[in-house]
Amino acid sequence: MLEIKNLQASVEDKEILKGINLTVKAGEVHAIMGPNGSGKSTLASVLAGRDKYKVTGGSVLFDGKDLLSMSVEERACEGLFLGFQYPVEIPGVSMANFMKLAVNRKREHNGLEPLTAGEFLKMMREKSEIVEIDSKLTSRSVNEGFSGGEKKRNEIFQMAMLEPKLAILDETDSGLDIDALRVVATGVAKLKRPDNATVVITHYQRLLDYIVPDFVHVLYKGRIIHSGTKELALELEERGYDWLIKDYDNE
Amino acid sequence: MDEILNNKNTEYKYGFTSLIDMEEFPKGLDERIIRMISERKGEPEWLLEFRLKAFEQWKKMKMPNWAHLNIPEIDFQDITYYAAPKKSDKKNLDEVDPELLKTFDKLGIPLEEQKVLSGVAVDAVIDSVSVKTTFREKLSELGIVFCSFSEAVKEYPELVKKYLAKVVPPSDNYFAALNSAVFSDGSFCYVPEGVRCPMELSTYFRINAAGTGQFERTLIVADKGAYVSYLEGCTAPMRDENQLHAAIVEIIVEDDAEVKYSTVQNWYPGDKDGKGGVFNFVTKRGLCRGRNSRLSWTQVETGSAITWKYPSCILKGENSYGEFYSVAMTNNYQQADTGTKMIHLGNNSRSRIVSKGISAGFSQNSYRGMVRVMPGVEGVRNFSQCDSLLIGSDCGAHTFPVIDAAGTSAVIEHEATTSKIGEDQLFYCNQRGIPTEDAVGLIVNGYAREVLSKLPMEFAVEAQKLLAINLEGSIG
Repeated sequence: MLEIKNLQASVEDKEILKGINLTVKAGEVHAIMGPNGSGKSTLASVLAGRDKYKVTGGSVLFDGKDLLSMSVEERACEGLFLGFQYPVEIPGVSMANFMKLAVNRKREHNGLEPLTAGEFLKMMREKSEIVEIDSKLTSRSVNEGFSGGEKKRNEIFQMAMLEPKLAILDETDSGLDIDALRVVATGVAKLKRPDNATVVITHYQRLLDYIVPDFVHVLYKGRIIHSGTKELALELEERGYDWLIKDYDNE
Repeated sequence: MDEILNNKNTEYKYGFTSLIDMEEFPKGLDERIIRMISERKGEPEWLLEFRLKAFEQWKKMKMPNWAHLNIPEIDFQDITYYAAPKKSDKKNLDEVDPELLKTFDKLGIPLEEQKVLSGVAVDAVIDSVSVKTTFREKLSELGIVFCSFSEAVKEYPELVKKYLAKVVPPSDNYFAALNSAVFSDGSFCYVPEGVRCPMELSTYFRINAAGTGQFERTLIVADKGAYVSYLEGCTAPMRDENQLHAAIVEIIVEDDAEVKYSTVQNWYPGDKDGKGGVFNFVTKRGLCRGRNSRLSWTQVETGSAITWKYPSCILKGENSYGEFYSVAMTNNYQQADTGTKMIHLGNNSRSRIVSKGISAGFSQNSYRGMVRVMPGVEGVRNFSQCDSLLIGSDCGAHTFPVIDAAGTSAVIEHEATTSKIGEDQLFYCNQRGIPTEDAVGLIVNGYAREVLSKLPMEFAVEAQKLLAINLEGSIG
């Protein structure tokens, strides 16, 4: 589904990603971990197409198509979803209006008729139940006045609405208390299907107690320096990153 | 992406010209022209005198220059002050130039009885005259007078004489004096005591003839306990020359009465290089004369090369209430200086101001407001909110609020914010599959929602679309 080869990217002439290789297949959950400043969020932004990051080398295939040549919205319509670390507020725009436009743009892209108001409202109800989000949240303005937990839940709600092929969740666990964390993680688990994939970017092991990854990767100084299975996450929790970093820095 | 957006020209879909056979007065302004207008309209002597007196005053006045506007010199002798379709008969549409009916059809304002918009009575004004007022008879069954200003002068001279220029005297300002001298038509509305007007009343102003100024007057009177909601829309063809529009709206609200006045101003704004466009100099003021009277101004200003407009409330009645809700959007080289005055003369009078400026391109957008409380007036409250939204970095947003309430017990609150459409917001929308153009429309409409929600339903939808269309190509 996702094939990243030797991806390099910089921001303001500073090289951040120095050759990332990663393959994600349908049905898989990958976790990307690593210390602060290692390039985790940059990788997420580059895949989503944020233009302040310049891709300087490498290639990314998404479902066999050249991801890097697509605009941000094309990538989204092709089924790439980014769960934001800091979801953005859009005052005065109701979640319902926002989602309706997003869902119908995606349908249009895929040659489908737009949903009628009735169909859309039904979908909103169903999906808000899956992610245990208060349905009142959907009549409020996008993220405006939401608590940290509500914002993150709202990201998962949008993910449920848009049914992406690939979801990249950027530090979705940051700033969440344990209850909110459980709700978010359960939502993600419920949305898992054999034909979609999830990349979870996280700093802590605790999210991985709820979202069990098939593979864990450690990102450091713009490269994946170590990969393993879910046991690696536990080991990292116990031993920290230093033992991996030391090896890498010594090489 | 930026290139795609920049290459797309902003569309002004009302910019067409109609070939209507017109009667036009010669260009220029002097006493003779004013006498010709008055004679052409068959006016009584007192109205001619009113005009001539206003003209004398105007000649002694100077163009106001206090606004934050760069106004090119206007040659008042190079303007046609009267232009009317030759074939137009208000009583019989069969006698009307078919081009004229087609024009209003194209604007979405059908005038034929079988096609008229249900629930909205329309007075259609093209250049200097009203061509049709729908639902006139139906409204008259309730005692409501809704007709063109010219008809009102003929049929209800006492009412007109009683209320004309009582809120905006000719000496009020330069453009009010000019309008009082040369006004050619407009709408008149009188809602009698205790009557709630069952439908929206509206005036649609269209400038068509080249080189012509439009000078109309609207006078609305809501007698005791009456209610009326009034809408105003305006468009003009795309032309390279600037055209002048100088109007007056006067509103009088008696005891326990309420008037809502909504405007969607979409005069031709000029092209993307600032060529052409309408100069819009308008004086709008309402007098809340009675106890518990209420007046609400709502305006969505998207058009005109220059807008100079301050719909205001004189809150004379005890416990009277004035509101001003405004969205003013400028793009390319448009300039707007708009706002309101709330003059508190009555005890316990209250007012609320919500102004949302949106500037894009190279435009300049100013809010100018005044809240004045006269000495000795008790229990006054005002709340003002002035927000500015900037799109791009070459435009300007300015606010000039004045509060004059020294020595009174008035409670006055003022809040102001300035924000930019953020990269973050656009990226967030894009990532959900929403293209930048749609995203800007969404964000702007969200920003303006509090004002748009005050508009009647049909207008709100139109206004939302307008805001989105007028910003096309502004994100670079």
